[in-house]
Amino acid sequence: MENLIALLVVAPLLGAAVLLCGGRRLDAVGHWIGTVLAAASFVIGAILFADMLGKGAEEREMTQHLFSWVPVEGFQADVAFQLDQLSMTFVLLISGVGSLIHVYSIGYMEHDERRRRFFGYLNLFLAAMLLLVLADNYLLLYVGWEGVGLASYLLIGFWQHKPSAATAAKKAFLVNRVGDMGLSIAIMLMFAWFGTFAFGPVLEATGETSEGKLTAIGLMLLLAACGKSAQVPLQSWLGDAMEGPTPVSALIHAATMVTAGVYLIVRSGAIFNGAPDAQLAVTVVGAVTLLFGAIVGCAKDDIKKALAGSTMSQIGYMILAAGLGPIGYVFAIMHLVTHGFFKAGLFLGAGSVMHGMNDEVDMRKYGGLRKYMPVTFVTFGLGYLAIIGFPGLSGFFSKDKIIEAAFAKGGTEGWILGGVALLGAAITAYYMTRVMLMTFFGEERWRHAPTPSPAEPSVEPAAETHGEHAEPHPHESPSSMTIPMIVLAFGSVFAGAFFGIGDRFIHWLEPVTGHAHGHPPVSALTVTLSTVAVMVIGVGLAYAQYGRRPVPVVAPRGSLLTRAARRDLLQDDFNHVVLVRGGEHLTRSLVYVDHTLVDGVVNGTAASMGGLSGRLRRLQNGFARSYAVSMFGGAAVLIAATLLMRAV
Amino acid sequence: MSAVAVHSLWTMAADPIDKIDAPKIEYGQLSPTLIVIGAAIIGVLIEAFVPRKSRYYAQVFLSIVSLAAAFAAVIALATRGYGTTKAGIVAMGAIAVDGPALFLQGTILLAGLLGVFTFAERRLDPVAHGNQVDSFAAQAASVPGSDSEKAAVKAGFTTTEVFPLLLFAIGGMLLFPAANDLLTLFIALEVFSLPLYLLCAVARRKRIMSQEAAVKYFLLGAFASAFTLFGIALLYGYAGSVSYATIAQVVDGSIENVTPALAETMGNDALLLIGAAMLVMGLLFKVGAVPFHMWTPDVYQGAPTPVTGFMAAATKVAAFGALLRLLYVVLPGLSWDWRPVMWAVAIVTMLGGAIVAITQTDIKRLLAYSSIAHAGFILAGVIATSADGISSVLFYLGAYSFVTIGAFAVVTLVRDAGGEATHLSKWAGLGRRSPLVAAVFAVFLLAFAGIPLTSGFAGKFAVFKAAAEGGAGAIVVVGVISSAIAAFFYIRVIVLMFFSEPKPEGPTVAVPSPLTMTAIAFGVVVTLVLGVAPQYFLDLAGQAGVFVR
Repeated sequence: MENLIALLVVAPLLGAAVLLCGGRRLDAVGHWIGTVLAAASFVIGAILFADMLGKGAEEREMTQHLFSWVPVEGFQADVAFQLDQLSMTFVLLISGVGSLIHVYSIGYMEHDERRRRFFGYLNLFLAAMLLLVLADNYLLLYVGWEGVGLASYLLIGFWQHKPSAATAAKKAFLVNRVGDMGLSIAIMLMFAWFGTFAFGPVLEATGETSEGKLTAIGLMLLLAACGKSAQVPLQSWLGDAMEGPTPVSALIHAATMVTAGVYLIVRSGAIFNGAPDAQLAVTVVGAVTLLFGAIVGCAKDDIKKALAGSTMSQIGYMILAAGLGPIGYVFAIMHLVTHGFFKAGLFLGAGSVMHGMNDEVDMRKYGGLRKYMPVTFVTFGLGYLAIIGFPGLSGFFSKDKIIEAAFAKGGTEGWILGGVALLGAAITAYYMTRVMLMTFFGEERWRHAPTPSPAEPSVEPAAETHGEHAEPHPHESPSSMTIPMIVLAFGSVFAGAFFGIGDRFIHWLEPVTGHAHGHPPVSALTVTLSTVAVMVIGVGLAYAQYGRRPVPVVAPRGSLLTRAARRDLLQDDFNHVVLVRGGEHLTRSLVYVDHTLVDGVVNGTAASMGGLSGRLRRLQNGFARSYAVSMFGGAAVLIAATLLMRAV
Repeated sequence: MSAVAVHSLWTMAADPIDKIDAPKIEYGQLSPTLIVIGAAIIGVLIEAFVPRKSRYYAQVFLSIVSLAAAFAAVIALATRGYGTTKAGIVAMGAIAVDGPALFLQGTILLAGLLGVFTFAERRLDPVAHGNQVDSFAAQAASVPGSDSEKAAVKAGFTTTEVFPLLLFAIGGMLLFPAANDLLTLFIALEVFSLPLYLLCAVARRKRIMSQEAAVKYFLLGAFASAFTLFGIALLYGYAGSVSYATIAQVVDGSIENVTPALAETMGNDALLLIGAAMLVMGLLFKVGAVPFHMWTPDVYQGAPTPVTGFMAAATKVAAFGALLRLLYVVLPGLSWDWRPVMWAVAIVTMLGGAIVAITQTDIKRLLAYSSIAHAGFILAGVIATSADGISSVLFYLGAYSFVTIGAFAVVTLVRDAGGEATHLSKWAGLGRRSPLVAAVFAVFLLAFAGIPLTSGFAGKFAVFKAAAEGGAGAIVVVGVISSAIAAFFYIRVIVLMFFSEPKPEGPTVAVPSPLTMTAIAFGVVVTLVLGVAPQYFLDLAGQAGVFVR
């Protein structure tokens, strides 16, 4: 059975190779090849899952050693896979949601002449992400990690003819590199201190390692997680990444990429358990990001960017939970899975809306679409209810547990973290309701003659090319797009209850991550009730603002905070002033030092060597008598020196 | 005279003869040297008896066959264990047959074989009066520019004597690193030096320069030989013997039957130290170490290029072989005395060669200074005084000699109206015009510079490692600095070839016969194989690196 593990990675990898090397001949069937191979990966995953369920909880871990990559004494790098409950969860999520997105893309990318290439990249993305979660050591994980970075770069910049897409891809890649440095340094530290980077030995060795070393590794891992999972301070790439085709956004936000950071932290749980300071840093990052993303999500008029803010915020929840230690790991993963369902559904829904609206992304030019797109409306609506934590739906179960766990952290920290998480829930309800109302309810603003709005910062170039010239005719999307949305909607509705009731998910994951029941300072019921209460408040506020009043087509100027939030809370301005300007100053001064000092020394040495050479060369005057004198002198010195050596 | 008296004379004469032991000569173990010397003598006979038109073919055939046979003999001896288990001293103590001797003899023979190929090249020079000509003067004895010279050229004469001369030189070189007493050492030195002096003088073009080079080489070589001979005399005076083994015993005081005369001189260390220093100086002259290097650039530049290539490779191999044996077999007891001095020599040689090479404008002189710097690098391995030191020097010599022959062979290809275009400015843009030749030369230059994946890197790494392990860290530091300096002028030539605009009236690259092509191709292959997979050859040198005492 364990021999099947490699096939999980190989199937999509094969797809990528075939599609990218196959050339034009495969244009007609390329999307089917890609989809079938992604689905094959899911089927293999399901078989392995069934097999795993048949075993006892402690015997479920499977390993497959493929080959020794670098077999050097003292440096053992293996290509080996490890499939346990944690990896299994990710495998099913990645290949399952990934396959649905493949199906959806068949319809969505129908008119794109580079569709075959797109599917090749999608397959590559899946393969890299599966490699990441299946690796049994940090080095192989790093290979997958970089593969994810590459695939995301290719996909975000898929419409590279748009300068904004090319820039966004570059930005995502560069910001991710910062995080990648963290991971590579962490791996080097592990090798330096433990002599290995395989999960088993490293995580066992944490017991007898000093807290300082664990904190160092933990902080580096956190940096890595911040990059891939778009957490503050490396969050800036996520919003721009919306330049990619919408299925890519769905894939990045739901199944792959941003979940990698959460996986890394949960997988390295033993390291963080031994380093409370690093854990605290993780929770702080999570808490800050969940507010940051939520606030940004409130201000965006671009439907995809609003959802991107939402993702940032939801991943913040997961990171926060992962930072809580054993009381949070399981819930981090549980929220990750449920979020995978409803966020994928929401993005696919957004894509469906755009599909019907001539690729318009500005929600101020939507309105009243529920009549025209019933399936999209219902599936998007169910995803909406799930994400705001409507009782009974997926998000309710997973988010509620995280808020409980945050309170259960104890002490002032617990109150602060719990409060932030609760506040985040309210804001989530607010901005998601806003999206919902602006898109599907209210008057049909797209019927107004569309006017250019230069003041609007988030108008897309694509919107300008399509939206300005013709009034859109909203229509429901083809079934290849709606069916995945329906499937995901089922997940959004039922997954949470399935996992949460009877602690099923806890029992499933506990052997890998460990689990401790937290004891919140107030009763769990109180937490649940307050969660529901803040959710209702958020929805109510949004309704008062966007449901009862008409939505202006041109965005009002807004308060200072709104304007800041529209600019992603000035993240790019901050990066520009601090990092870009600072970097420029640093490079300029380094160039100065290089020119004057380094080049001075180098050129000076070269010049002096040349001068010396020229002078010594004159000794070679061509006269045999001079040469003989030189030899005679040399011999005399040689003899004298030899005698002198004996004398001293 | 009566029959009885006659009989008694007969018996009287016979009696003592019975008692003299005939010298025991192990012909089998000496066969490589004997084959080459024998072939050289036959070559002289060919000059005397074979018609002029056929001499060239007879000489080339004889040289190639004899060198190949001698090489086969070396291989046969090595595979039968004469390099390791059966190593011994033969010819009444005069010659050693051991690992280093066989390894170096094999290297010299291969280098000699490639040398014959380049000597025999006849397609590079334009056809003169209907005769294909080689790099050598039509008639070496004719005065340059005289009528007799013109007549000789017109008659299609060629100096086929170069082949027996080459064979004599190779014979001497084979003996040189194997010599096991001081007299044999000196004889071998002269046997290979004298033909080389002559070979330097017989260039077809720039004859005055060639003859000047030969005279300089001869004068300075004789001067150095005088030092060597005087050193030998002093050592004999000190130890009462010319045998390496006996001198070594006297030096470390382990000799058993001390005669009164010997006891008197044994105490006189001045004899020993001065003698050793002078002897070593003679060998340093041959390897071209600073300050005994002054002849090198002039001679390398003036000599016919095939001779330069052969000389640069094989002389260095033979001379370093002899130096190794001298220092490791005869004078190990003195290593505290000679090591610091050799340190200094190695350092000034590495730096001197590398620094002066920077401002050279002639490719042959550039390679000459490069060979001086390389002599310094090899010295760094010599002074390691360890088994690793021996094997690394053996490896370096093998690697270096094929790069050198190949590089000089490429130099013969780049020509203009005046013969070889050796001025560097004429090499500008060669990579555009003849990418293959320029690329091959670049490979050799990179090997000289010691860039990884070439034999130069493996060799340099081996000697520096041996030197560092022998406690000569300072040498390694200087060696690496010199390598960096040297890299400058090697890379500069590459830049010149590939990144400069070709000159309109630049040189042409002649298409050589398969002979030169073989020599160059062999050089490239050895350079790359030793660079990519050096381990087998390092092991081989390691096995060979034990001197018999």
